[in-house]
Amino acid sequence: MTKSSIIRSVALGALLAAGAIAAPANAQDSVYFANNAYRTGPFSGSGIPIGDGMRDYISMINERDGGVNGVKVIYEECETGYDTKKSIECYEQAKSKNTIVYSPWSTGATLAAIPRAHVDKIPILSMAYGLSASADGTNFPWVFIPPFTYWDGASLMVKHMAAELGGMDKLKGKKLGLIHLDAPFGKEPIPVLENLAKKYGFEVKLYPVAAADMQNQGSLWLSIRRDRPDYLYNQGWGAMNPTAVKEAIKNNFPIGKLVGVWWAGGDDDARAGGPEAKGYKSLNLNAAGQNFPAIQDILKHVVEKGKSTTPKEKVGENLYNRGVYNSMLVVEAIRNAQKLTGKKVVNAEDMRRGLESLNITEARLKEIGMEGFATPTSISCTDHSGHSKAYVAEWDGTKWTKPGEWLEPLKDEVRPLIEANAKDYVEKAGNWPKRTESCEKSS
Amino acid sequence: MFYREAGQYKTNYAADMAVFPLRQDRIGIAVILGIALVGVPLIGNDFFIASVMIPFLVFSLAAIGLNILTGYTGLISLGTAAFMGVGAYSCYKLTTYFPGVNIVVLILLSGLFSAAIGVLFGLPSLRIKGFYLAVATLAAQFFLQWAFVRVPWLFNYNASGAIEVPQRTLFGLPITGAAATPETRYFVCLGLVVVLTWFASNLVHGKLGRSWMAVRDMDIAAELMGIKLLNAKLTAFAVSSYFAGVAGAMMIFLWYGGGEANDVFTIRLSFNILFMVIIGGLGSLIGSFMGAAFIASLPTILKFGLPALGVPLSGAAAEHVTFMLVGALIIIFLIVEPHGLARLWQIGKQKLRTWPFPY
Repeated sequence: MTKSSIIRSVALGALLAAGAIAAPANAQDSVYFANNAYRTGPFSGSGIPIGDGMRDYISMINERDGGVNGVKVIYEECETGYDTKKSIECYEQAKSKNTIVYSPWSTGATLAAIPRAHVDKIPILSMAYGLSASADGTNFPWVFIPPFTYWDGASLMVKHMAAELGGMDKLKGKKLGLIHLDAPFGKEPIPVLENLAKKYGFEVKLYPVAAADMQNQGSLWLSIRRDRPDYLYNQGWGAMNPTAVKEAIKNNFPIGKLVGVWWAGGDDDARAGGPEAKGYKSLNLNAAGQNFPAIQDILKHVVEKGKSTTPKEKVGENLYNRGVYNSMLVVEAIRNAQKLTGKKVVNAEDMRRGLESLNITEARLKEIGMEGFATPTSISCTDHSGHSKAYVAEWDGTKWTKPGEWLEPLKDEVRPLIEANAKDYVEKAGNWPKRTESCEKSS
Repeated sequence: MFYREAGQYKTNYAADMAVFPLRQDRIGIAVILGIALVGVPLIGNDFFIASVMIPFLVFSLAAIGLNILTGYTGLISLGTAAFMGVGAYSCYKLTTYFPGVNIVVLILLSGLFSAAIGVLFGLPSLRIKGFYLAVATLAAQFFLQWAFVRVPWLFNYNASGAIEVPQRTLFGLPITGAAATPETRYFVCLGLVVVLTWFASNLVHGKLGRSWMAVRDMDIAAELMGIKLLNAKLTAFAVSSYFAGVAGAMMIFLWYGGGEANDVFTIRLSFNILFMVIIGGLGSLIGSFMGAAFIASLPTILKFGLPALGVPLSGAAAEHVTFMLVGALIIIFLIVEPHGLARLWQIGKQKLRTWPFPY
């Protein structure tokens, strides 16, 4: 063989392999749904329970009902390790397999996927993460961010702080610290916190944690001890959260004043602090525990039949239920899309319509066995978030509890910011596709 | 037998000094370019082009950059990713200030900023070498990465601290931003890589390249021969960082298309590029390509190729298998051929030359 022919055959081989990769996986009576997962890497501590919850709910729907109205959901995970490069690969993979919806599970991956999705016409479901500004449906017709954004979360934190202090006027002169991952995900709440700080006269202190230093926050906590903030909001993820809880205990920071974003509410995050972590708080959008018919069905149809990799006692943990919630949104959106189009097997375009008119009412939650699991959520043409309610969950030493009521974010503060930022994003992007998709009436 | 050069006479100095003196090599290069220009876009699907070929080209360029410094000049650097980052951020700033200027021009210009920063961090190389220099370049890695996160001016005060790549066109065709098809982005990458590889090849075969190699082989001897160490070392840093900077700008603008740029240019990427150079072959341009293919493309091909070929492998398991496989292959390669894939290729050529009668 000459050099050229060797190279040629190698290249041909590579091309053939690539051709095989792209073989379409869609059967006639099923829809394909690609989900990014990270069961490896520094964020796997949070990624595994979520991935399990996502998968088990879909398996349960397939096992119990034979799919959504008889259409099986082919669920496939793509391992990213929370790495943007691999997430982009996973996006391309999902696109080549005609996924009906793309679920990035990382703010970085969402940011990279948003411009692509608007060209490829694939709806992105970034449930309570990703670009807050993408809640503006007029400019981002393909991105959905229910039930609320990081900006809503930041406003909820301020609201919670005010409630404990006894009113918004008591915020004056207080100090709120933000421990955050030094990445787009961690920086998201900063603009809202700064806005509110100006308005209510409190001070915001930033404590950024580099991804490499997630488990090494010692110096950061020295500055926290020096600054003595009244409250700490932890916008952390993965290995960063248990470390923050442990450090708070070690540094004698009152654990009840440490409030995590909903992603900092893993059972393992709080458990790491031992008995002293009792009282650690986290914003939450779903209830923890197994006492819901839907979760019982997962146990009965999936876990007990050995069709899941989840240990039985892990079912119902907070982040597991978060994954269940995300899959529930997907399944309900498929159902809605089927109703709208009259088709059984829906595609990405139908799915976008399904998501845009998604209206999960109290009655619907009861029907699917999730009464009290979350609050009703409805998405509209202009509002792709819904800004639903959350509550402040508290760790009682063994499990997450719900001591208070469901709280509504400060919508009036958040919405103008979303619109302004969406406009800014679209302007900067240059030649951003104008929304041509027609509005769907809420069903 | 396959590689017989009998009958290929050189009748002038130019032919004697050619980079590819053998006809077979010239045909080979033409065939590779033909495949790259026609075959890949024709046969490859979007996934293959966007997730295998574009990263391969970007990493090849970065590996050539590091190879100029480490392979040709003998200066070890662990700051490649940071220099790539300088390229990406300066390209972003340039396109913000000069939205009318063509992005390809800006990508090429952004390398100059990287080169300047590279020279700055290359200054210690005049006093220290080896591991000590590697640690000095680590400082560049840490400092620059810190700056990418901490200086909001660099990412235009974006709320999430990410670079959002705007749409830019070439001859009316979008080449950056979401509307750019993988094929267009691939052609732009290919064009840049081919031109810059040709440029690098001319450099390393010329006077400058020879002075770099003299410095690598023994700097005191080189100095005694009249080579100015200051010039040789700093030009190596400048050229190397230039290539890295262009690769970084290509990475964000033509491959990632936005996202968290500051999380990309990490020490891990620096190490990966160093592995590419070591596996590919120190002091070899073709080795840079081979190393990039091995370190950057193989994991992707394994991860998506194995399940496609019917090997049932879950995502996480595939990731672990890839780690083990690539790790094992690195060890095997380094034992079998410590001079890298390029040397293996050279041995192969030599064997083909005497086949079927080896001596």
